[in-house]
Amino acid sequence: MLENANALKAQFEEALSKVTTTAEIDALRIEYAGKKGLVSSLMNDLKNVPNDKKKEAGMVINQVKQFVEEQLKLKTEELIKLEEQRKIDEAESYDESLPTDLGLGSYHPITLIQREVEDIFSSMGFIVEDYSEIVDDYHCFEALNIPKHHPARDMQDTYYLDNGQLLKTHTSAAQNYIMRKYGAPVRAIFPGRCFRNESTDACHENTFFQLEGIMIDEDISISNLIYFMKTMLSEVFKQDITVRLRPGFFPFVEPGFELDIQCTICHGEGCPSCKNSGWLELCPCGMIHPNVLTYGGIDTEKYTGFAFGLGLTRLAMMKYGIKDIRMLNSGSLKALSQFTDK
Amino acid sequence: MFVSMNWIKEYVDLSNENIEELIHRFTLSTAEVEDIIYKGADVRGVIIAQIKEVENHPNSKKLHLLKVDTGSEILDIVCGAPNVEVGQKVALATVGGRVCAGEIGKATIAGYDSYGMCCGADELGIGEGHTGLMPIDVDAPLGTDIKDVYPIDDIIFEVDNKSLTNRPDLWGHYGIAREFAALTGKELKPLDLGEIIYSGDKTIPVSTTREDLLYRYSCLEMSGISKNRSPLAMQIRLFYCGMRGINLLADLSNYIMLELGQPTHAFDARKIDAIKVGTPSEAFNFKTLDDVEREITDNTLMIYNDDTPVAIAGIMGGLDSEIIDETSSVVLESANFDGVCVRKSSSRLGLRTDASMRYEKILDPELTLTAIKRFIKLLTSIDDGAYVSSNLSDLYVQKYPEITLSFDKKYVDRYTGIDISEDRIVSTLTLLGFGVKLDNGVFTVTVPSWRATKDVTIKADIIEEITRVYGYDNFDISSTKSLLKPVRRSVNKDEDASIKNILVQRFGLHEVHSYIWCDGKKYKKLGIEVENNVRILNIPTPENGTVRNSMVPTMLSFVYENKGYADTFGIFEIARVVKGLKENGECNERRTLCYTLYSKRVSEKELYMKALSMLRTLCTEVKHSEPTFAKIAPIHAYQHPKNTASITVNGVECGVINTLHPTVLGKLDKNAAVACVEIDLDDLYTATVDPLSYKEPSKFPGIDYDLSIVMGAGNRFSDAESAWTKLDLENLTDVIVTDIYDNGETKSITVRFTFSSDERTLSMDEVQASVDKIVAELNAIGIELRS
Repeated sequence: MLENANALKAQFEEALSKVTTTAEIDALRIEYAGKKGLVSSLMNDLKNVPNDKKKEAGMVINQVKQFVEEQLKLKTEELIKLEEQRKIDEAESYDESLPTDLGLGSYHPITLIQREVEDIFSSMGFIVEDYSEIVDDYHCFEALNIPKHHPARDMQDTYYLDNGQLLKTHTSAAQNYIMRKYGAPVRAIFPGRCFRNESTDACHENTFFQLEGIMIDEDISISNLIYFMKTMLSEVFKQDITVRLRPGFFPFVEPGFELDIQCTICHGEGCPSCKNSGWLELCPCGMIHPNVLTYGGIDTEKYTGFAFGLGLTRLAMMKYGIKDIRMLNSGSLKALSQFTDK
Repeated sequence: MFVSMNWIKEYVDLSNENIEELIHRFTLSTAEVEDIIYKGADVRGVIIAQIKEVENHPNSKKLHLLKVDTGSEILDIVCGAPNVEVGQKVALATVGGRVCAGEIGKATIAGYDSYGMCCGADELGIGEGHTGLMPIDVDAPLGTDIKDVYPIDDIIFEVDNKSLTNRPDLWGHYGIAREFAALTGKELKPLDLGEIIYSGDKTIPVSTTREDLLYRYSCLEMSGISKNRSPLAMQIRLFYCGMRGINLLADLSNYIMLELGQPTHAFDARKIDAIKVGTPSEAFNFKTLDDVEREITDNTLMIYNDDTPVAIAGIMGGLDSEIIDETSSVVLESANFDGVCVRKSSSRLGLRTDASMRYEKILDPELTLTAIKRFIKLLTSIDDGAYVSSNLSDLYVQKYPEITLSFDKKYVDRYTGIDISEDRIVSTLTLLGFGVKLDNGVFTVTVPSWRATKDVTIKADIIEEITRVYGYDNFDISSTKSLLKPVRRSVNKDEDASIKNILVQRFGLHEVHSYIWCDGKKYKKLGIEVENNVRILNIPTPENGTVRNSMVPTMLSFVYENKGYADTFGIFEIARVVKGLKENGECNERRTLCYTLYSKRVSEKELYMKALSMLRTLCTEVKHSEPTFAKIAPIHAYQHPKNTASITVNGVECGVINTLHPTVLGKLDKNAAVACVEIDLDDLYTATVDPLSYKEPSKFPGIDYDLSIVMGAGNRFSDAESAWTKLDLENLTDVIVTDIYDNGETKSITVRFTFSSDERTLSMDEVQASVDKIVAELNAIGIELRS
């Protein structure tokens, strides 16, 4: 019996030393430590051992059993480690620098700038409104105090339709609608597409975007207008902006202004962007003409207000360095697909 | 418009002022100055000298050898000018001096030394064209610096004409001088005017048949004119202001226009007996003084001598009555015509003149007489033989009413938001020519005639006068005191934003912008017909004259142009289309979303399914509800006869999804697939938004049961779907499709049914009973289970 046990142990050691894979060790485990394995059958042989030797034999067999189990466990651990190492060795080292298809879409640059500006105005309590692109003479001109024979109504500037309507030439066309819809006090902006019948080149488009804003309340003053424009433009350009106002004539405001900002590139020193003047003409604005308020159903004795226009197309071009305005309506994905940010 | 500071200084004393700073203030308070030009900076060391001897150059036909007296010495000068005479006074640029072309040094010309240069007007920068030596018309000792006798040094600034559109009074130097007076607080000097002194009985009859278009016509005759050259100093001023010297009378007319803004016209008096102002009964041809034959239509206001047309009112005179060198007697017209009529005629004729530009601005009719008196003054001071030889004819048809405005200081304060003192208000308005009375805190302001034609009519206009002179840079600025209240973005803005975000961020589409009209040429390339719709009357390219009724063709053109960009991409836009006219005749303008997918990698079917799934996502995100589809017959020829379907969201039909008709697809790209979706957002927004619903998940496990159903080509999944929805099984809580196998003829679809109850674990028997019912329903409509 003892010999058998020792022989089995030696035989196991021999077999174990030859094992190189987890599959082999699994097989070895079944052969020796399984329910019907060699160690178990050694146990079964114990019944043939004389009683006086049973205790000793039992101990020996137990030792063999323990030994086998211990060795199997050690060997298994060792093999797993080896196998993991082999996987690591054989693994491919991936190239992070390989390009991947992001499947990114893009927003039109006007959408990006419009969102930015709308957010600023929303944060200042302005309603963001929408207005049609096809309007009538009343809204585009008459209600804006643009007299019948004003040059702005001439055929060469305005696209007239055969049903008597026209493509709106400026977002100011929405002023009357907004005043009628909300009454006073009101603060609102209305971005939108505008149309002018002119030939296109790198700087001119017949279809472009503006943003109009109005603020009407009791005692709105020129002082408020300047303060507001400075605050708003500093937000838009994300820097402290210096503004200056010059008289400007627009029939729907009185007084009317051309607002210049100090050049954001040279800070007033003079550079090619500002044609060496140090200033950029940016937005027309002014105190809403009393006639326009009256057309809008607003009591001019009680309320005053200001209005301003921002060229969204111009802002987008400034912000993104777009040199040719025609790109914006070209549908060219080579250009447009670059505007991927949120 | 060019403005000469020398001219301004004749009317306002600016001796202690910083001129550049003043011009800058002019920009901030009046009108934009685009450029400042320092005239005469290039000219130095040019003196008045006299030619003493003239000898022909032995080797040159053109050159002369001169001896020139500078008053202190006699210099040898080689001169190329043709008009050299002994005794003639010349402008001599001496050695070390400077003219426009550069420094003057001692030079050797064709073998002879020359100690200076006799100058032409162009060389001194005070005239153009090389017409020979400039004649000196003043009596000054030899050796006098030319700048001491002629206004060669001047500061000229250019004002942006556009910023003067509403200021007819600023189209002459006198009006601009008034602005400088107001800006500096200095007095504006009165104009030096002549008197109309005539005692005879000659009067030129003036009449009109168009009292609506003629505001005022003033004229008189002047005779005894013998000079025909204007003084050099006047020519320099005209040249600096962008005009050319012609002859005395034309120069005078221009000078007065530049000074007062009032155009005048001098007719040869031999050609004028009686002035009639009117419009012709029919169109005819008329030769203007620039020798061009022009077609005059029946709405062009004309000046006639009896019945002979002599000038286009406010635009240009006729060639036949033009003053010529022998003219010694003129009829001077100083008139005021309807500005709109002049503008329209001028644009019809394609002839925009300095005069028409001014009339367009609606000039002050009071000016006509001022201009005549100024003309008399200038002409008689230049030509002492000239005299008034007729009575003044003055037909004043339409006079503007005097405008008086009243307001108090509170009104000004409310508008400005700052405190501008009463004294300041009074002095500013007075300097600008307004009549001002301040009585018990109430200002009563009379608007001067030159501001009353359209510019200043209401109180708010006065605010501008006060504030612009005060200076916007001097304003204390402050925030409004408006009430704080929450604002909501309009609903469609939010939905727009969601749709754009989903299409860009989730589906990788590219947003584009396009035009509202059909591009005829691009459509043609794709075999797409421009369908009848509202038209733009005056678009320069008539093939683009139709407003689009769908965005799809626009998007297809973009797809076509971007084929080289990638083999798979999608584009979209939210813009407007017009679907015909509404009952009230207005355009039925619709806010529209269109997206178009293009691929060379996947089949048309896959692409169509992708377009569908995008649509389901959009509707689920925006409306919390899935759209339904129904096949429809194509609405447009470019849509596929079989694969065009309407889109309905919560009962509102709001769009179309389609693939392309093979004709169009063939032209676009025969190796690619295209799918289009167009949604009427105005309609979509009327569809209700379902509330987000939440159901507590059951605590008991559900049972999944998979059925594989086989559908023939004629079956639609919605048919199968109706089989189990119709049963309305209580414990059927979810149905999803886990697999679709499509062999082209039949589709095998694996559907997973989930059964569960909130109260208990369902038994297999219960589930099987429900499944059996579903199978029976399916069989009833001819859908079998896969064997």
